[in-house]
Amino acid sequence: MSVLDLALPSAGVPATRRPRAERRMMRRGLMFAAPAALLLLATYIVPLLVLGGFSLTDYKLGAVSTRFIGLDNFVQAFHDPVFRRALANTVLYAVIVIPCGVGLALGVALLVHGRRRSRPFWEIAYFLPVTATLVAMATVWQFLLHPSLGPVNAAIRALGYAPVSFLATPSLMIPTLAVIGIWQVLGFNMVLFLAGLTGIPKDLHEAARLDGAKNPIDRFLTVTWPMLGPTTMFVVVTTSITAFKVFETVAVLTKGGSGSETLLYALYLEGFEYSETGYAAALTLLFLALILILSIWQTLHLDRKVHY
Amino acid sequence: MVAALRRLLPHLLPHLLPHAALALGAGVMLLPFYWMVLTSIRPPAEIFNVSLWPIPESFAGLANYARAASQAPMARFMLNGVIVCAGILVVQVLTAVPAAYALAKLKFPGRRLLLTLVIAALCVPIQALALPLFVGLAKAQLLNTYFAQMAPFFLSVFAIFLFRQSFRSYPDEVIEAARLDGFTEMEICWGLVMRGSLPALAAFSVFSIVAHWNDLYWPMIVVSDTALAPPPLGMLLFSDAESGADYGALMAGAAIVTAPMVLCFLIARRHFIAGITMTGVK
Repeated sequence: MSVLDLALPSAGVPATRRPRAERRMMRRGLMFAAPAALLLLATYIVPLLVLGGFSLTDYKLGAVSTRFIGLDNFVQAFHDPVFRRALANTVLYAVIVIPCGVGLALGVALLVHGRRRSRPFWEIAYFLPVTATLVAMATVWQFLLHPSLGPVNAAIRALGYAPVSFLATPSLMIPTLAVIGIWQVLGFNMVLFLAGLTGIPKDLHEAARLDGAKNPIDRFLTVTWPMLGPTTMFVVVTTSITAFKVFETVAVLTKGGSGSETLLYALYLEGFEYSETGYAAALTLLFLALILILSIWQTLHLDRKVHY
Repeated sequence: MVAALRRLLPHLLPHLLPHAALALGAGVMLLPFYWMVLTSIRPPAEIFNVSLWPIPESFAGLANYARAASQAPMARFMLNGVIVCAGILVVQVLTAVPAAYALAKLKFPGRRLLLTLVIAALCVPIQALALPLFVGLAKAQLLNTYFAQMAPFFLSVFAIFLFRQSFRSYPDEVIEAARLDGFTEMEICWGLVMRGSLPALAAFSVFSIVAHWNDLYWPMIVVSDTALAPPPLGMLLFSDAESGADYGALMAGAAIVTAPMVLCFLIARRHFIAGITMTGVK
């Protein structure tokens, strides 16, 4: 009986037509997806496999012989003072950029959200650094922070202090890069927060006010902050990824000198300046592992965040 | 007078305070832009003048911009940037739109696998692929070409993901009807479905152009020939060669490199903000 039930509908359709239409659709689907699938193979899958292979060898680009050395590259990485310094610098950079970049952006977003007529102006002012070419702006920052020619040190001198060479004092290098990093990421995060704030229903604030949350800080803590939870999490993860990828400012401002290498810059030097391909592949995999933890989370939440 | 002000102040303060705080922050955000433009029109003799007064004693803008353009091939950098960005965007759209259409509307074997791979690839940054891609391009003798600058970005998994999201909401009945009317699948994909997702295309274009116009990492790896350098790499070479003496020309160069994206942003603010923030990815 049940077999008959299942068999009946397909018997109603002309037996030859449907499979043919389906086959045609299948062919079309494969044809339409083929260019992208081939590119995916050539620019993602094969390179990742090759990268894994490199990391187990002492391959140097242009070298005549290559040996399989197992996990030696990874062991070497953790004993390499340059890599450890780069890791420490990147963590320090992230520890400054993430809380400040997220916190300040939230503050700015809360203020901008309340403005009606002047909102476009503030959006432009804070978002401008996001669109500007960072390499060019890093050159400007170098000049702004110049010990004798820059206005920042002129202000410091006017206050009666000695001028500070921000980009030549080893202990100040990473914090200075971090300030530029915050400057760049702030507007981006502000816009994400503004989108989050727009999504909070107005009546919730009203309800909180009637429930006795009289001042704005109470209302922020009872309504805005919890409602912004998912947005905040997304902003934190996105900012972390950006922070761990810091490269341009290092390339322009310090060139990794005086122990100011960051992960990506150290990786760039090993792989492309010194041609230590095998070792750089191992460093790349360590870098990728760090980024993957963050970006997998981010991608899983991308669905809800895509708005255009 | 003072008494009146004191009475008014408690009412004005909640209104003024946010503006004051925002203005202070905006001042810091815009200071580099202001300083860049100001220095680019100041004569070298006024470099030691650290005041923020907007009018230089003598206007040297023309001389500075002319020096920037003669000391570094600025026009060439910009042209390279346009060629690379346009090439990348065209191939990205040509490959991503059919794939996204197939993933959203067609059934074919391997569909789930492809979708899974696309989403997995979203998590992999270019910096992780740079090393093997560089070795491959070096072996193929393709370093220092436009192709090398564009190739890693021909496939945008983000574009596939974004367009698929957008195409899925296109009504199936319309596609069915178009098929019965004799439209080819290509015509349906580009003429109907893509045309219904133009905002997504606009946002993606902005995202792609801004990302690749500003990118330094990849060009730094595959380009050593100044004549092929895109604007950020050109800027880096320029500022390295300019050992710090001619700030007027250097800032003029920075202004030239930054101008296209900033101007586009000022003209199409909404599209820009949507395009750039649509992604946290990359």
